[in-house]
Amino acid sequence: MANDPADRYRAGVMKYAQMGYWQPDYQPKETDVLALFRITPQEGVDPEEAAAAVAGESSTATWTVVWTDRLTACDMYRAKAYRVDPVPGTPGQYFAYIAYDLDLFESGSIANLTASIIGNVFGFKPLKALRLEDMRLPIAYVKGFQGPATGIVVERERLDKFGRPLLGATVKPKLGLSGKNYGRVVYEALKGGLDFTKDDENINSQPFMHWRDRFLYCMEAVNRAQAATGEIKGTYLNITAGTMEDMYERAEFAKELGSTIVMIDLVIGYTAIQSMAKWARRNDMILHLHRAGHSTYTRQKTHGISFRVISKWMRLSGVDHIHAGTIVGKLEGDPNSVQGFYDILREENNPVNLERGIFFEQDWGGLRGVMPVASGGIHAGQMHQLLTYLGDDVVLQFGGGTIGHPMGIQAGATANRVALEAMVLARNEGRDIWNEGPAILAHAAKSCTPLKAALDTWGEVTFDYASTDTLDFVPTPTAA
Amino acid sequence: MRLTQGTFSFLPDLTDAQIKAQVEYCLAKGWAVSIEYTDDPHPRNTYWEMYGNPMFDLKDAAGVMTEVNACRKAFPSHYVKLNAFDSSHGWEALRLSFIVNRPKVEPGFELRREEGAGRIQRYSTRSYATAKPEGGRYS
Repeated sequence: MANDPADRYRAGVMKYAQMGYWQPDYQPKETDVLALFRITPQEGVDPEEAAAAVAGESSTATWTVVWTDRLTACDMYRAKAYRVDPVPGTPGQYFAYIAYDLDLFESGSIANLTASIIGNVFGFKPLKALRLEDMRLPIAYVKGFQGPATGIVVERERLDKFGRPLLGATVKPKLGLSGKNYGRVVYEALKGGLDFTKDDENINSQPFMHWRDRFLYCMEAVNRAQAATGEIKGTYLNITAGTMEDMYERAEFAKELGSTIVMIDLVIGYTAIQSMAKWARRNDMILHLHRAGHSTYTRQKTHGISFRVISKWMRLSGVDHIHAGTIVGKLEGDPNSVQGFYDILREENNPVNLERGIFFEQDWGGLRGVMPVASGGIHAGQMHQLLTYLGDDVVLQFGGGTIGHPMGIQAGATANRVALEAMVLARNEGRDIWNEGPAILAHAAKSCTPLKAALDTWGEVTFDYASTDTLDFVPTPTAA
Repeated sequence: MRLTQGTFSFLPDLTDAQIKAQVEYCLAKGWAVSIEYTDDPHPRNTYWEMYGNPMFDLKDAAGVMTEVNACRKAFPSHYVKLNAFDSSHGWEALRLSFIVNRPKVEPGFELRREEGAGRIQRYSTRSYATAKPEGGRYS
């Protein structure tokens, strides 16, 4: 940094590093917000200057020197790039660590946090590409958020369901069913053994089915299935709409009908999500979030935002469920990365875990856990893999794998539930389900014809493609 | 009907050896096992009767099985479930809960409705068994 203030604040253009945004000696404070970016500088831009530019553009800087900085405690408000490491095995890319003072942010507002951290800087010309890989939110900042309206533990207590993943299904086809036919699918799936059914992300209020119709038929189905089984059942009524007023109206109607859960899409935006989370807390409602749209910015490694950051923002925002990947299904998902997302959503404290893409320790300060949802191209034959990778606190959603069952929807639901319970029982008995899984399923299928039919239909289906969003890290050598 | 509350209700009724294996799993995790029974299995009946306090200090699965069998003997026609409670910080709730005894005949539930405006239905779920007073419902 130019030491003489007269030089530093002379009108004109100066490198960001010289303006004070690159401070390799800076020791981050406990109360700083930390961000890790993957930067790809343009040819000829050195990585420290690129990191400083990111720090500058995501905090106080503009393209030229302004004297009005001197009316502020500008040294404090400036974000500081304090470390730049080459990305292992990836020439031209760097991990840049940036620290932000807590006073830069309004408490309890993801909109404000993101307006700084991802506001301007992603289009910045000296960078070819930029990706927000991870963040550390100081506990003082975490405590300014409500967190999940219900949380994993209270959701389980309300539903009276313990010891196993929950089971769900998305109603298919996702567009075109009338309210009456839609409710039929819900009834069959819930009566057959699922805990939840779900509207898809793009089911709102369309010519073939308006929302009130869907809500009425779905709640008939839920109540019938509940009486038939003696178990609590639910269906995620998607209240996503064009305005907050419409969303509140739909949420109130869902509540009036006795629904235990409502659903929103990520595309409604951070502020709308936080508003619905407050509504959900106030109205004893579980809040399901579908991550519609996220792959537009989470999938490519060089540019955008990692889903682990979205996971952190959504836990702060206060959703109870979020789709976070299946590993084995039809959608993108590197096993270690996905397990990292699950850790972020569920654990009380995340230690640094480079193998799972977690660069910072994160204390969640007592915020409740979010139940991850695994949905998309999964079936009963993968139950041992799903349980091993994802654990108990997850909703496993078999849409096609329930509704496409050759013996019907109820049979499809029963097959999934029997497969799940058999696998949990075996795991708890100490069996090696990873290797014995197929045998455990085959044994359970002997007394369950629907499971046998499911295994015969889908047993061999896999989605074995290389992941795009993989991790770049060198394992830290441990002391000998 | 078959009441499907609990972790393993879609499997054939567990044998005592299978129940014991689950108890061993819970004890190895440090969870406290408890036993509850009811003859009102409404899905929102949160408070089944406690068959004693949670066995915080019992580390022996055979001892738990003795209690399970004593409860079954005392309430042969009730629902009996085995719970495992985890007191660790941030959870402080059940980790596992499954039925270990059920009545021979389960008449199930009636869905009552009251028709309202705009096709809205007010639903209530009533166990056919609870028309009789407590203690005489499933005999």
